[in-house]
Amino acid sequence: MAHPPRPYEELLRGYGPHLNYAPPGGYEEQREKAPDRLVKTHCCFCGQQCGIQLKVRDNQVVGFEPWEDFPFNQGMLCPKGVRRYLQSAHPDRLLDPLLRTPRAPEGFRKASWDEALDFTVRRLREIQERHGKDAVAVYGGASLTTEKSYLLGKFARVALGTRHIDYNGRLCMVSAGTAYKLAFGVDRSPNPWSDIPEAQVVFVIGANIAECAPITTQYIWRCRDAGGRLIVADPRMTPVTRNADLYLPVRPGTDLALLQGMLHVIIRDRLTDQDFIAAHTTGFDEVAQSVAAWDPLTVANQTGVPPEAIEKAAHWIGEAERAILLHARGLEHQSKGVENCLALINLTLACGHIGRPGAGCMMITGQGNGQGGREHGQKCDQLPGQRSIADPAAREHVARVWGIAPEEIPQAGLSAVEIMEAIHRGEIKALLSICFNPLVSLPDANFTREALEKLEFFGVVDFFLSETAHFADVVLAGSLQEEEEGVVCSAEGRVIHIQKAVDPPGNAWPDSKIYIELARRLGKEKHFPYTSPREIFAELRVASKGGPADYTGITYERIDREMGVFWPCPSEDHPGTPRLFEGGKFFHPDGKARFLVTEWRPSGDPVDEDFPIYLTTGRVVNQYLSGTQTRRIGPLVDQFPSPRLEIHPRLAEAQGIADGDWVTIVSRRDRITLQAMVVRTIRPDTVFIAYHWAGERSANRLTHRTLDPRSKIPEFKVSACRLEKAPGPPDWVKSELPALPRTESGLPILR
Amino acid sequence: MFGYEFYIDPERCIGCQSCVNACAECDTHRGTPMITVDYLDRRNSIATVPAICMHCDDPTCAEVCPADAIKKGEDGVVQSALKPRCVACSNCVLACPFGIPKMMTKLELMMKCDMCYDRTSVGKRPMCATVCPSQALAYVTPERIARERREKPTNVFQFGNETVTTKVYMMVPPGTQAVAVDVIDFMWEGAQA
Repeated sequence: MAHPPRPYEELLRGYGPHLNYAPPGGYEEQREKAPDRLVKTHCCFCGQQCGIQLKVRDNQVVGFEPWEDFPFNQGMLCPKGVRRYLQSAHPDRLLDPLLRTPRAPEGFRKASWDEALDFTVRRLREIQERHGKDAVAVYGGASLTTEKSYLLGKFARVALGTRHIDYNGRLCMVSAGTAYKLAFGVDRSPNPWSDIPEAQVVFVIGANIAECAPITTQYIWRCRDAGGRLIVADPRMTPVTRNADLYLPVRPGTDLALLQGMLHVIIRDRLTDQDFIAAHTTGFDEVAQSVAAWDPLTVANQTGVPPEAIEKAAHWIGEAERAILLHARGLEHQSKGVENCLALINLTLACGHIGRPGAGCMMITGQGNGQGGREHGQKCDQLPGQRSIADPAAREHVARVWGIAPEEIPQAGLSAVEIMEAIHRGEIKALLSICFNPLVSLPDANFTREALEKLEFFGVVDFFLSETAHFADVVLAGSLQEEEEGVVCSAEGRVIHIQKAVDPPGNAWPDSKIYIELARRLGKEKHFPYTSPREIFAELRVASKGGPADYTGITYERIDREMGVFWPCPSEDHPGTPRLFEGGKFFHPDGKARFLVTEWRPSGDPVDEDFPIYLTTGRVVNQYLSGTQTRRIGPLVDQFPSPRLEIHPRLAEAQGIADGDWVTIVSRRDRITLQAMVVRTIRPDTVFIAYHWAGERSANRLTHRTLDPRSKIPEFKVSACRLEKAPGPPDWVKSELPALPRTESGLPILR
Repeated sequence: MFGYEFYIDPERCIGCQSCVNACAECDTHRGTPMITVDYLDRRNSIATVPAICMHCDDPTCAEVCPADAIKKGEDGVVQSALKPRCVACSNCVLACPFGIPKMMTKLELMMKCDMCYDRTSVGKRPMCATVCPSQALAYVTPERIARERREKPTNVFQFGNETVTTKVYMMVPPGTQAVAVDVIDFMWEGAQA
């Protein structure tokens, strides 16, 4: 049973998060000694994948230098990128495999690789022999390189023979991926980012661009400089709203109504592009009929956005020759996330805003390899090349590449949240996880904790001991992004090259070596003959051939030479495809895009008398995902040390809450206590909490497990809650929150 | 860097503090940022503003320094106080019209932005302006600013009856000649001599 071997506080003391503030040897030493070399690579964090140069000395990353030649970001970086080097040479870094040992003072003891790997393989085998192949599940992550993602999908299906493999990208943009696949026949943002400044109107819905995709801000400001208009729809005024020409304060969970209302106005006022609709789409009439009832007043009542603002937004988009519609998790993290994205696509298609410079709908993929990580086989229902695992032709092609029979490839397995639910039910007995911290990132954290406690075997590959890894039987010390070569695909569909800057420290191993060794010990070495990521990439190119995400023509050398290559790229003499759907050609067999009817349904956790306030969760600029890395970087933590409850003065006053008061937020799952931050920049029926923290500060203790039925994404953006004023600071303040000086507005002052 | 100028456009700032973090990473600063980003009034707005030294043509900080510790170079960059001379009196902190210099009490030294002298002198752009994701801080050529931006640069600031001109430019709405902050600047006080 996978209970943590020692109390939580003891594990934190042993393994962190501790805060790293300076490069190895300190700033003085860095100033005196020049780096051995600068490595041109990319940031390890979000889907923007900014180019960056890492300073390396004595096999350690000791600093950074902007990389101004990389076209996407031209040297620009957010604070996470600036400080990302501090994760390397970090005191919390795992240097050896660890085995759960409750008697040991730190809860784990160091083990040799042979002992740890043999133990892992023995336990996985025992469980599969007793309970069947599918009693073991594999978790992956979208921070892994595409080579690792491909390897993991093959490892699960060929070495373990389980159908249950899924990844933390399930918590990212799968709703958009599903919708784009349904409507366009392919799952990728259709336009390169350089199209954004070309638009006359940019519509941002459910995307906190300034904090979650900061570099995109400059693209939007350039659009403004050229005379473009900016529309922002969000329950909060996020930082880009400061320059919005029109702000739509949409109520959480009602984006679908807003989008349908805008389409209603566009059709009513004959702003559609009839020639485009006739030549390049199907299904318009059904969709037109379905939005007939969504007049602006009905929509205003549902969304809390004034009818005039809905009309204005629809007119600006409908009357423009070129509009870009940007969306991210706000639209996608809902139990109708796919519908939301389809409604946005309907709006785009109705106006013909696609396949041209400055015209398109664009999902802003969030995770570092959120795009590439979902294309080549760690998604429960997909095979390499973005092929459906249910498609007989795809199975045959991939089986041939893998040297097995098509029927040996398992069918689709469960998605990430469903895997945790199957663990909770006792159906899945063992889990092997990499690059995933589900205790922090999955909804309903108490449920996740209960499930982890039920596992008969839990193996984790990680570089730091995440809160989830506290529950592990074995922890295999893996590699950071800068410790293994590979490719990733950025949010704009550009495949780029991650360079290896340093070796893994101590006895840590490159991630791919760990899975290759496990496969060997499972008796499948002939299917995993790789000696380098380059060899994995060579096989991946062949496996992707002919699929929508065709990498056949992409090589490491081409990427370096051309500053990235956009897929599909079916041959080495093909230039790649920065912009999809040019000339109105879509990826469905008939070449047409689909208008698809979207149906309204309420949130899975509705507000009522007992829980009358909307709770929405999200991100801050200084932290990344579950914080496994960024909660260990001192200057980032100083900047925003702890989540706070964002609340409007009107709601705060009604509840007797003042700025800085401690407030208990109660949902149908659990309660947590945070400090209030009273601001006019959020709807008064809604409160907001950033989710990057663990333990008593975890917003996901409050969220619920309702999934979108098609994308299986959880509804992080809409929960119901009530507020209770707390008598004083909760206990975690002393143990977890470092005392920091603060400005008058309550924000911490940087050291 | 020859031909490059520094431009600030607070309107573009998203408060991410990338500049502050990058400033601290600059080799000369060794972990201590020389610039700040602040919310103007977080309760009422998400607006933030970055503050770097404006590098005045006629720097008040240097004029009021009793120890002659603040030097302006031929390139127009006003340097941090010289450590051997600075007496940590804070005259400069009080006198600066833009509120830039900070007294580092631990070091007994005034420190402020020196426009990344170590970088610009070897052909690199200042850290903050290089990384700024919204280009609220930009270090580019005047031609590029004129070509790309909707707002226009000015380096003339009116403080009551005093005019301050600076090396660093502030982006302002087109047609604005100078940034004026005092009611006096808008008043008629009879014909001036």
